[in-house]
Amino acid sequence: MNKKTLFMVMAVILIGVFAITGCGQQTEKSPAGTDSDVIKIGVYEPLTGASAAGGQMTLEGIKLANEMYPEVLGKKIELVIEDNKTDKTEAANAVSRLIEKHEVSAIIGSYGSSLSMGGGPVARDAGVPVVGCSPTNPLVTLDNEYYFRVCFIDPFQGKVVAKYAYESLGAKTAAIIMDASNDYSVGLSNFFKKAFIEFTGDENCIVAELKYKTGDQDFTGQLTSIKELKPDVVFAPGNYGESAILIKQARELGIESVFMGGDTWEAPEFLDIGEAAVEGAIFSTHYTEEAPVTEVSGEFLKAFKEKYSGNEANAFAALGFDAYLVVRDAIERAGSADPQAIRDALAETKGFKGATGIITLDENGDAEKSAVIKKVEGGKFVFVGVVDPE
Amino acid sequence: MNFQLFLQNLANGISLGSLYALIAIGYTMVYGILRFINFAHGEIIMLATYFVYFGILIFSMPWWLAFIFSIILTSLLGMGIEKVAYKPLRDSPRISILISAIGVSFLIQNLSLVIFGGRPKAFCQPSIFTKMVTFGNVKITSITFITPIIAGILLYFVTYLVNNTKTGMAMRATAKDFDTAKLMGIDIDKIISLTFTLGSALAAVGGIMWGLRYPQIHPFIGTMPGLKCFIAAVVGGIGNIPGAVLGGFMLGIMEIMLVAFLPGLTGYRDAFAFVLLIIILLVRPTGILGEKIAEKV
Amino acid sequence: MWNKKNLYTGISLILFIIFIYWADNNLDPYKMRILILCGIYVILALSLNLVNGFTGLFSLGTAGFMAVGAYTCALLTMSPEMKEMAFFLEPLIWPLNQIQIPFLPALIISGLVSAVIGFLIAFPVLRLKGDYLAIATLGFSEILRVVIINAQSITNGALGLKGIPKYTTVYWSWGLALLTIYLMVNLINSSYGRALRAIREDETAAQVMGINLFYHKITAFTISAFLAGIGGALQGNLIRTVDPTMYVFQLTFQILLIVVLGGIGSITGSVIAAVIITVLMEALRVVESPMTIGPLHIPGISGMRMVVFSLLLMVVILFYQQGFMGQREFSWDWLSRKGRDNEQTIGS
Repeated sequence: MNKKTLFMVMAVILIGVFAITGCGQQTEKSPAGTDSDVIKIGVYEPLTGASAAGGQMTLEGIKLANEMYPEVLGKKIELVIEDNKTDKTEAANAVSRLIEKHEVSAIIGSYGSSLSMGGGPVARDAGVPVVGCSPTNPLVTLDNEYYFRVCFIDPFQGKVVAKYAYESLGAKTAAIIMDASNDYSVGLSNFFKKAFIEFTGDENCIVAELKYKTGDQDFTGQLTSIKELKPDVVFAPGNYGESAILIKQARELGIESVFMGGDTWEAPEFLDIGEAAVEGAIFSTHYTEEAPVTEVSGEFLKAFKEKYSGNEANAFAALGFDAYLVVRDAIERAGSADPQAIRDALAETKGFKGATGIITLDENGDAEKSAVIKKVEGGKFVFVGVVDPE
Repeated sequence: MNFQLFLQNLANGISLGSLYALIAIGYTMVYGILRFINFAHGEIIMLATYFVYFGILIFSMPWWLAFIFSIILTSLLGMGIEKVAYKPLRDSPRISILISAIGVSFLIQNLSLVIFGGRPKAFCQPSIFTKMVTFGNVKITSITFITPIIAGILLYFVTYLVNNTKTGMAMRATAKDFDTAKLMGIDIDKIISLTFTLGSALAAVGGIMWGLRYPQIHPFIGTMPGLKCFIAAVVGGIGNIPGAVLGGFMLGIMEIMLVAFLPGLTGYRDAFAFVLLIIILLVRPTGILGEKIAEKV
Repeated sequence: MWNKKNLYTGISLILFIIFIYWADNNLDPYKMRILILCGIYVILALSLNLVNGFTGLFSLGTAGFMAVGAYTCALLTMSPEMKEMAFFLEPLIWPLNQIQIPFLPALIISGLVSAVIGFLIAFPVLRLKGDYLAIATLGFSEILRVVIINAQSITNGALGLKGIPKYTTVYWSWGLALLTIYLMVNLINSSYGRALRAIREDETAAQVMGINLFYHKITAFTISAFLAGIGGALQGNLIRTVDPTMYVFQLTFQILLIVVLGGIGSITGSVIAAVIITVLMEALRVVESPMTIGPLHIPGISGMRMVVFSLLLMVVILFYQQGFMGQREFSWDWLSRKGRDNEQTIGS
């Protein structure tokens, strides 16, 4: 009896599962199949898991862009959003699902280079173009002609910060503290090091190279050993939460060097958590409010503040916004919703005016655009300058 | 390395170690009486920091009131978790309780992610905890003095409770043998529930101090302290309350010294804690201060 | 009777192979991906069940062994040009940067490397029991991850590997899954398997009966590591990119969920649960997307899936500790009512 019941329970569950998948498919597929007034753009972002924060910020920007520009070629653009759970397997599944089930014409995503690399091969096999918002790891677009991105890449960003440190701050020595478990931080640190050695012409200009791991909270051990070396700058790119605490602890220990980082720092929480300690921190990012790079920047900022009342716009939202616009622009130029045509149009993106600057996609699919340098002053992010690509 | 630098590192180690010690007290108390690892301890810590955050944000409480509010709420939560997730499994194999604890841990983590969102938030930092004290070149924040004092008070309180009160005696009896304790007229349900409530209150205190030192909170904030403090408790001898404090300080100081003296190995810091755990388990499974317990056959 | 059972097994096997062949030709890549993943999770669940369920050693190290397998297989199958491109910070050490071998030997080597590491870890760790063993294996899994993060010139550190060739097909995944099921059934029914179960029920009694505890535990642990390595390698070559953040404790949790749901100590249960959980993982996306039921509009709540899975684990362990199958196995006798009392029959 017992076994029979079990067997029945199993059978019911199995049937239920397949019924759900089946039903879900039917209801979702019918509008796409019959209704040609809709063009679908897929979005895969980490909405849960360790990178949920970044994914949610990016999504805010994408949704905003969709509200402001809901149509292309006289058709409505429908966003299909999938969560990739900060998990590579899930990222690949999400992209596959977007392509096979929702039949999207193009895809936007994902925050986190490793997640983008999970989705990349699936999209390439299916021939559907993807535009990344903020994956800055050079590997993302490498050997994948269907992957593009609207952000600059780590080698450029590392160089920009090094250039600013050397030329504008007159720094001669630097210490590096990197998050060894974060590809972004590792990449940026290495390119900063290379560029800084080149600028100073001094092999020993990097006085210390220390590591930590995402999730660490105590950096006093690393910082104490830096204190004695008194470097001019400390380059410490990483997640803004950890970076803010790191700088706080550095100030408590009496380290007076200038702290520098990358685009991840531009989040209101960086200021909330770091409070007075992060005053004077300098980082590179994608856009600025003070000196709008393009007219779209101003438009984006205004709309963002209206929609997400009072929240400061951040780089990720701006990049999500741009990714959407770049895709929309490519669809317009392609004149169709055919993925292959969109890909070809994307590859020819030149001088597109986005919120984060003028975007030109190079032969790798990476954006060539200028970086903005910002500084924390009086509890706010203040614009200091623009560094152009060579 | 000069002497002052060494002192600075020592101060850093004590600062971190005292936090480990504080959290390890709660861990070891629950283990000492129930003989099982409360996998969800880290998540209880995380929730305590969120309770403070919302206490201040929504009810605009002063910080000290928010702390008390959080400790009370966390204790009730701990009591609830025990009733729902552990009590029904008391007669099941120990592995079932462990799995249940892993389930609770993931449930709280994921639910928090849905409710609170994934973005880190800033934890309040009242100025009395951030005052700087300077000895020559050595700089120490006031919280580095406050945490060990709190750890000391709680250590005394818990030791007194367990060793010198009637409730404590009941706890020790329960720890030895559920059935015998029951026969002696001890209401073991009540004792276990009390242990859990107290353990969660200790976790809340630990969590709040952790938040004050590292003022960033997000749903994953409890995972690492949870694991590290478990290691600290095992190193000191799990179930042994002074041992937990000793283990906490040892782990904190050793971690900082590892980073200070072997900067090339800074990336392996977390691995170090686990290596220490495994070595201790193999060489002296009862920990430094633990007593040998004969295994029941 | 015996022959009849073999006949049934043979027929269902053929039917299953026909189904796989049909699926390969008719299903879209998305559904195929799920089907392939089902096969991989079957292997992983059986790997964990061998130690947790049959030997009674509560190990939480699966993610670490998967990482070893995936990295080994990826480094052996990637083309030298791809490796040169991927390792742009620090070049890959010789001779790994020159090697490229076919999938089958790479898979076997991945399993073996993982098994060797499992064997080495088993020596110290298996002297522990219960929750200590759980924490120690979890610790080792984390240590492996930290080593992978830091060994830049072998694993490319946090940057991960990219451009791993796509070798994993449904034939590989289900072929190996079926092979694993076959091996497990034979293993469990052998004298070795009976010894394992004796250890699970009562270590001391088993020892008194003359069972060499350490030998049996260590082989079970090593075989489990081997299988986890294979599973990891298959998964790596399916996703075609690996990095250290994939192998966190969450991954072990997913596999643990499968084992618990299916029944700790049941091969049949693990297989069924692996398929159900993998499909559910995708099907439950419905919970997260916005729904419109009549006039009611429910906004999608992302993250609900993981909440549902955590709840599922808790409900099973609290109210239905046996899972689907307890320690029972599927048998053709189920259909004929005859072997109803014979709880431990394993017919295949």
